[in-house]
Amino acid sequence: MRRVVVRRAEPARLGEGLRAYRLIAGMWIRSTTAYRTSFALTVVGNLLITVLDFVGILLMFSQVDTLGGWTLPEVALLYGLVATAFGLADLLLGSMDALGARIRDGSFDTLLVRPVPVLAQVGADRFALRRLGRITQGTLVLCWALLTVEVSWTAAKVLLVPVAVVSGAVIFGAVFVGGAAFQIVAQDAAEVQNAFTYGGSTLLQYPPTVFGTELVRGVTYMLPLAFVNWVPAAYVLGRPYPLGLPEWAAFAPPLVAAGFAVAAGLVWRAGLRAYRSTGS
Amino acid sequence: MFIEVDGVEKVFEVRRRTGFLKRERRQVRAVDSISFTVARGEMVGYIGPNGAGKSTTIKMLTGILTPSGGRLRVAGIDPSRERRRLAHRIGVVFGQRTTLWWDLPLIDSYRLMHRMYRIPDGRYRENLDRCVELLELGGLLDVPVRQLSLGQRMRGDIAAALLHDPEVLYLDEPTIGLDVISKAKVREFLRELNHDRGTTVLLTTHDLQDIEQLCSRVMVIDHGRMVYDGPLAGLHEAGGSERILVVDLERELPPIEVGGAARVVRTEGPRQWLAFPAGEPAAGLVSQIAADYPLVDLSVREPDIEAVIARMYADKASA
Repeated sequence: MRRVVVRRAEPARLGEGLRAYRLIAGMWIRSTTAYRTSFALTVVGNLLITVLDFVGILLMFSQVDTLGGWTLPEVALLYGLVATAFGLADLLLGSMDALGARIRDGSFDTLLVRPVPVLAQVGADRFALRRLGRITQGTLVLCWALLTVEVSWTAAKVLLVPVAVVSGAVIFGAVFVGGAAFQIVAQDAAEVQNAFTYGGSTLLQYPPTVFGTELVRGVTYMLPLAFVNWVPAAYVLGRPYPLGLPEWAAFAPPLVAAGFAVAAGLVWRAGLRAYRSTGS
Repeated sequence: MFIEVDGVEKVFEVRRRTGFLKRERRQVRAVDSISFTVARGEMVGYIGPNGAGKSTTIKMLTGILTPSGGRLRVAGIDPSRERRRLAHRIGVVFGQRTTLWWDLPLIDSYRLMHRMYRIPDGRYRENLDRCVELLELGGLLDVPVRQLSLGQRMRGDIAAALLHDPEVLYLDEPTIGLDVISKAKVREFLRELNHDRGTTVLLTTHDLQDIEQLCSRVMVIDHGRMVYDGPLAGLHEAGGSERILVVDLERELPPIEVGGAARVVRTEGPRQWLAFPAGEPAAGLVSQIAADYPLVDLSVREPDIEAVIARMYADKASA
């Protein structure tokens, strides 16, 4: 009986969560912009750091013509896709790695007495506009790649680019949520989470051909990060897929993202239930 | 009954490293089969030493933690199952953790509450005005929270917990670290809140003056068990507390010897301190001393509630 009621309330709950997210994110934006100079400096600093990130790849190409058989514009396409997707997820849920700290200092409890979903509150926690820097840089690199890469464009290829970015953002978002749930059990595991999120996004900047099969297999089947950019980019560029995946795999990202998001939601619920029965 | 707690327990599993990859599991009963009820409009003090299970109880009542056993209802709601529905009906103030927005003017935190709890505009306005007046927040609304003093912030936090008209207010150490004037303001406000609006109040505290000045009923918890539940006055008897008779004699004399339970606990020149059971009248003792000793002056000191509870714990521990 109760279960039926809960299911029916699900869309309303999602709306409630998004509304709460907006409210709290708005408070954080006002908090950070309260110190104008400091805000301006962090935005500039953030943009510089992310720009340097791509400069590293440019430097590499000043020594070699191809990387794992991929040319600079092709690698830039990989880079642009993952940087934009990760940037989106990082902007929206990037502060979730601070959950462990919130649990340790006890302020997590104050979120549990509010009438809005905890996930929305934790997701919007420390929302920071400075993270727009990464998205900006990622988008610029992506645009440059799309303009310079040698591809005979079809409607499917054009459509796949935004689809891959959004799906990739959802996949990374799911990793953030799953990692945060893991921190409920192991409160000092922020670095483990960062290894998958920041580490994963760095890994994806390089073509799959430079990595060993085992690693590529892990990134495809265990944690489906390959669907963020490797597989869609291979389709767009007409390159062989990693691990000989079938042709339609390039269009799997939305499905992978949806499945992964549901899994992350379940893990989050389990984590929250564990917290509430153990108090950690 | 507004709050019903029936045989509630909370067992935590604690894992301790005992060697390389070796862990020992141990169960800790933070709350061990506690039962009590609180009627609507009551004001109850909840006290006990650190780690006694006070916070765990509050966390179960607010739905933060799920009880391991027993039955719990607040306003007819099972807190852990319907945590968010309950949230609209309760207010919580964690004394040492502010829920206000550090870098923003105080009023911004209230506006967030307004929208997050979907408080109707009229109610919000009315409640805010009332809190601002009674808690003297008028000049502070536009001040960033980080610039507020501890007392101002606590008053700000209490107001934040009341804007949505909660039927019950839980306060965890509401006067900790406050100066005398701030404490008095907070107490005065809570008294009025309880009196005028009939808000049920449950507060945990280390400051027994909070209890003496606010609560007609006190619950004492120790090692997860309820060791006392009743009026404040009865706590003295339960704790086997003693009153002190301070006697000034004409000159320095050896400790007064009288029969019964009275005994000298301290001497200083001609002044002597005698402890006797709080339940007994002082008259007999006084007349006996007056008959046998050169008495100049005397006074009776009521027992200090802190000592009473300390004794209670001591008795429990030695039992």
